[in-house]
Amino acid sequence: MRILIVEDDREAAAYLVKALREAGHAPDHAADGLDGYALATENGYDVLIVDRMLPKLDGLSLIGGLREQKIETPVLILSALGQVDDRVKGLRAGGDDYLTKPYAFSELLARVEVLSRRKSPQAAETVYRVGDLVLDRLSHRVTRGGEEIDLQPREYRLLEYLMRHADQVVTRTMLLENVWDYHFDPQTNVIDVHVSRLRSKIDRNFEKTLLHTVRGAGYVIRDGAR
Amino acid sequence: MTALGKLIRSTAFKLSAIYLLSFTLFAVFILGYVAWNARALLTAQISETIEAEVSGLAEQFRQGGIRRLVFIIERRSRQPGAFLYLLSGPNNEPLAGNAIGLKPELLTAPGWHETSYTISDEHERAPRSAMIRVFRLPGDFHLLVGRDVMEREQLRGVIRRGLTLSLGLVVLLGTLGGLFITRRVLKRVDSMSETAQSIMAGNLAGRLAVSGNGDELDRLAGNLNAMLDRIGELMTGLREVSDNIAHDLKTPLTRLRNGAEEALRTGRSDDDYRRALDSMIDESDGLIRTFNALLMIARAESGTASEAKQRFDAGAVVSGVAELYEPVAEEAGLSLKTEAAEGQFVIGSRELLSQALANLADNAIKYGASAEHGGEIVMSAALRGDRVEITVADGGPGIPPEDRQRVLDRFTRLDSSSGKPGSGLGLSLAAAIVHFHGGTLALEDNQPGLRVVLSLPAAPGEA
Repeated sequence: MRILIVEDDREAAAYLVKALREAGHAPDHAADGLDGYALATENGYDVLIVDRMLPKLDGLSLIGGLREQKIETPVLILSALGQVDDRVKGLRAGGDDYLTKPYAFSELLARVEVLSRRKSPQAAETVYRVGDLVLDRLSHRVTRGGEEIDLQPREYRLLEYLMRHADQVVTRTMLLENVWDYHFDPQTNVIDVHVSRLRSKIDRNFEKTLLHTVRGAGYVIRDGAR
Repeated sequence: MTALGKLIRSTAFKLSAIYLLSFTLFAVFILGYVAWNARALLTAQISETIEAEVSGLAEQFRQGGIRRLVFIIERRSRQPGAFLYLLSGPNNEPLAGNAIGLKPELLTAPGWHETSYTISDEHERAPRSAMIRVFRLPGDFHLLVGRDVMEREQLRGVIRRGLTLSLGLVVLLGTLGGLFITRRVLKRVDSMSETAQSIMAGNLAGRLAVSGNGDELDRLAGNLNAMLDRIGELMTGLREVSDNIAHDLKTPLTRLRNGAEEALRTGRSDDDYRRALDSMIDESDGLIRTFNALLMIARAESGTASEAKQRFDAGAVVSGVAELYEPVAEEAGLSLKTEAAEGQFVIGSRELLSQALANLADNAIKYGASAEHGGEIVMSAALRGDRVEITVADGGPGIPPEDRQRVLDRFTRLDSSSGKPGSGLGLSLAAAIVHFHGGTLALEDNQPGLRVVLSLPAAPGEA
């Protein structure tokens, strides 16, 4: 996946480039807003990672400029400003996701991968399937191997989010943000408990485990052991 | 700037001057109007009486001819306070009357005139003013009837003198009063700016003098003092935060550094290094968390949280957080119940209040368990008058009354909590967030256990 990193801090950028390359991606780097804008308009990237505070052209203006040019590459905004209002401003400017510094690389990677596949047709599907687990978004019914699974509304939304991003790692923070709409740090393993409850409903009585824990990163739902 | 220049440039002085000027113009206009009207009225009266006299005399002339007219005029001329009369023959020769000193050519011009004259039969011969009516009689006789208008002139004089005198007085008193007021105001403004300068120079405890009479300067001084108090509070808060950051971030930073050194010194295998690095990441995550919490407390306490305040349902926030923590409570062997009806609106930030409640729920789960009381946590939201009261109650050991204030301070962790994870910031963050919403946080005895009561002002308007 081709990724453009627009970040003025050389060290942080070098770290990101290296880590993303190790994760199997092809990252480019621009050190200021204007370079970033030029690169982003010329080359077709899959995802842009844009720091909010940049020399020459700040991150939000850069994104606004791209959106005006009808360049709809998904953008992850990186910022030291982490309040809800800052986040709202970033997303309003055309950003697709917002990550506050300092962050864990696993968090960034998970978000970038989810962003890159955001436009996949699966998002519009009415039925999600992972192995023999089926979630029908119209009837809100969940079955596994034809057997109906009874879920609480929140468990349903949790599963829906996981299945929409099947085969992709989603972090606890992403779940908290997207399923619960909270952007603070709950300081305990609340998400783990919810996930393990969900897991007990969809996986316990079946031979094959679908909902996996990714150590140090988060969760992934997928068919087949990898 | 000279004292006088300062006086003249002051707003109070300018205002008094403008007021004085407009008042004077207005007074002149009113008096002039009155004088003009009085004069017109008097003139109308005089001409009416002259008119009546003329028609009376004309009647006499019709009945008794010139002879009778002459006789009547002679008789009337001698009465005290008489009209002015003059009757002349065809050759302009005077036949009768008391108005001898009049210019003879007046008689040939019928109509109204104003003229000066002297009365023949008086000792003093000062010229006087009169209003006269000349009337032509058949046979080329001319009859002049006049009336002295000295009264009218005297009235005008009285008004003019009154006007001059009163204007003089007004200007004098107005200027003196203006100067007096200006000086008074200037003195207070000067003392205020002196105080302000001393505060700027570093005397941060200085406050503006309030005279206590409740005037606009007092209100201004009061508001400025309140502003200074607020700034002082913010500065104290900021200093506390930086003290706390310095103190409480240094401890984990030291641990972090020691861990790295230790690993370098004693590490033998990749596994050793991996373990050390893992623990360093945990340590720095903890640092970031503490740092974020501190920042948020400072922002919420100082009221500068950029979170836009919105109207939101506190009942729904309580249910939402309870729903998030319910499985965690269950896992800890506790039950978490919610008694929160929806539709209890407050103004503030849903996100921040959720965070405060999350901290309280987290605390309740950590500390709310006790062997003897099964451990039930109840989160509720209810409308009490114009407040929305949110409670988080547990059945744990509670907090002794003497410690209740202390636990709200930053980083306070009671001895009994040692061994449990936590930064000691949860309650103070919750308190800061409640403060941000204009509410209060109280710790009460749940008999047994702790009952945290958040009282927030209910949002006005429809539910």
